[in-house]
Amino acid sequence: MPMIDVHDLRRTFLIRERRGVLRRTRREVQAVDGITFSVEPGEAVGYIGPNGAGKSTTIKMLTGILVPTSGHLRVADLDPSRRRTELARRIGVVFGQRTGLWWDLPLRDSFELLRRIYRVPTPTYERNLSAYVGLLEIGDLLGQPVRQLSLGQRMRADIVAALLHDPEILYLDEPTIGLDIASKQRLRTFLRELNADRGTTILLTTHDLVDIEQVCRRVMVIDHGRLAFDGDFAALHAAGQATRTVVVDFHDEVPPIDVPGSRVVRVDGVRQWLTVPAGTPTGPVIAALASSHEIADLSIREPTIEDVLPHLYARP
Amino acid sequence: MSEALRMFGAIAGAWVRAGFTYRTSFVVLTSTGMILTFLDFAIILIMFSHLDALGGFTLTQIAVLYGLSGFAIGVADLLLGNAEMLGQRVRDGTLDQMLVRPVPALVQVAADRFALRRVGRVLQSGAVLGWGLSAAPIDWTPLRVLVLASALVCGSLIFASLFVLGGAFQVFAGDASEVANAFTYGGNTLTQYPLAIYPVEVVRAVTFIVPLAFVNWYPALYVLGVDDPFDLPAAFQVASPVVAALFVAVAALTWRTALRHYRSTGS
Repeated sequence: MPMIDVHDLRRTFLIRERRGVLRRTRREVQAVDGITFSVEPGEAVGYIGPNGAGKSTTIKMLTGILVPTSGHLRVADLDPSRRRTELARRIGVVFGQRTGLWWDLPLRDSFELLRRIYRVPTPTYERNLSAYVGLLEIGDLLGQPVRQLSLGQRMRADIVAALLHDPEILYLDEPTIGLDIASKQRLRTFLRELNADRGTTILLTTHDLVDIEQVCRRVMVIDHGRLAFDGDFAALHAAGQATRTVVVDFHDEVPPIDVPGSRVVRVDGVRQWLTVPAGTPTGPVIAALASSHEIADLSIREPTIEDVLPHLYARP
Repeated sequence: MSEALRMFGAIAGAWVRAGFTYRTSFVVLTSTGMILTFLDFAIILIMFSHLDALGGFTLTQIAVLYGLSGFAIGVADLLLGNAEMLGQRVRDGTLDQMLVRPVPALVQVAADRFALRRVGRVLQSGAVLGWGLSAAPIDWTPLRVLVLASALVCGSLIFASLFVLGGAFQVFAGDASEVANAFTYGGNTLTQYPLAIYPVEVVRAVTFIVPLAFVNWYPALYVLGVDDPFDLPAAFQVASPVVAALFVAVAALTWRTALRHYRSTGS
C-alpha cells in the first residue's frame, strides 16, 4: 500500500482583486491542476518547481492544512483534511520559512512540550532526543530561547522537533533555504541517513538541485500546477539536458580550450566557461585543464531548476 | 474533551513557567492590571456618590451585574482570549504550524502565549460580585443559587463563544480583531450597567442577536428578584444554559467551517 496516494488532485483559489475604489474582480487560479502520483514507504522524493508552481499547496493538502478542491488523496490511508489531527501523529513537518518551535521558550522546553503534545513515551523521547541532538549538533543550544538561534541552528532544531515522535513521513518545505554550504551539507547527510537507517519516507521541496541529488532517489517536478516530470535524478538531467558550468580564469589569455567531455560556451579575456553534462564528473575535465594550462581561479556552477525546466516540456 | 484540557494545560503551563522567568515583569503586569480593572469599578462608585439609583438599580445590585459580566469575560478571556490573535496567525502563517499538530487548533490558539495575569480581572470581578451579593437584599432560594452558579458558567461560555466567533471571522476577513473586540470587550462594558438605561432596540439586540443579556442581565433579574423593565418573557431569566448551549454550537460550527475554508499563505 502506498504511503502517499494522490489521484487527479486539484486546488483552486479564488482571488479577489481590487480595481478602483469599489470595483472588484474575481479570478480563479489553479494552484494545483490535476496531479497524480504515489509514494511508497521508505522512498525519498524531491519535489521541485519554480516559485508559485504549486509545491507548497500540494504539501499543505498532504498535511491536511488545505482542503483539496477535488481529487483523491490518501496519506497513510487517511484523508488528511478530515483526519488531520490523527494524521499529525504520524507525520513530521518542517517549514523552512518559519519555525514550529515556540519563539520565546528555551529549546529544551519546546521539545518537552512537543513530547507532551505528541504523547511520546519517555524512553522513545529520550532516545530520539539524544540521538538527533547529537547528530545535528545542537546540544549546546538547549537552554537558549528559540529567537536567539541562528537560521541554521533553528533549522536543525526544527528538524529534531519534527522527528521526536518517530513520524513515518517527514515533509520538508525548503529546508536548506538561506543556509551556508556547511550547514546544507550537514543537513543533507543527516536526511540521507535518516531515510536509509530508519526508513522514514521523505518528501522534500527545494530550489536547490543538489539537495535532491544527495538525499532523494526520485524527483518530481511541478510547474503551473501540473507534474512535468517524475523519475530518477539521472533521468531528470538527461531529460532536462542539464549541464554544470566550469568557470576558469587562466593566467594568460588562451584560445578556447578543447577538453574531451566539455564544451566551451563563452570566452571573456582570461575567463572561459565550459559546460559538462550534469551526470558526468567534472574532475577529469579540471585535471586536463590544470595539466595543460596555468589556472588562476576556478569555480563550478550547478544546474538550477530554471535551467532544466524548459527542456522538460519539449519531451514527447 | 479531557484530552483537550490536558493539552491546554500542558501548553499554557509552559507559557506560565516561561513567564515566571521574568518574575518582576509578571508582578508588575498583574498588579497594574488589577489596579486598572479596579479603577473601572471606581467610576461606578463615583457615579453613585451623586446618585441613589441608575435605571432603577442600586449600587449593590449594579455590583452584581458588573461582577457577573466581568467574571464571565474574565474567565473567557483567560482561556480563549488569544483566539482574537487568529488574524495575525493567518497572516504570518503560524496557524499552519498548529494545524499539523495532533491537538485541536482551537486549543493551541487559546493556550499559546497563555497569560496568567489575565486572572486579575476574574479576581477583581469576583470580589465585586461577592460584595454585591452579600450587600444587596436577596431572598435566597435553592433555585436562585442554581441560577447564579449557572450564570457564572454560562456567561463564561457565551463570551468564550464570542471570542471563538471573532477568531473564526478573521480567517475570512483577515485581521479584524478590532471588530471582534467591539463585541467582546464592548459587550462587557455595555452589560456592566443595567440594560434598563438603554433603548429597547439595544436590549433586543443583546437578547436575540448577540445574546449578551443572558450573561448577567436575565440571571441577575431572577437572583435579585427585580421585575423585567421591558416585560420580556420571564422564562428568559432562567434560559441562560439553553442560550449558552446554542451559542457554543454556533461558534463551534463556525470555527470548523472557517478552518475548512482556510487558504493559508503563499509559501
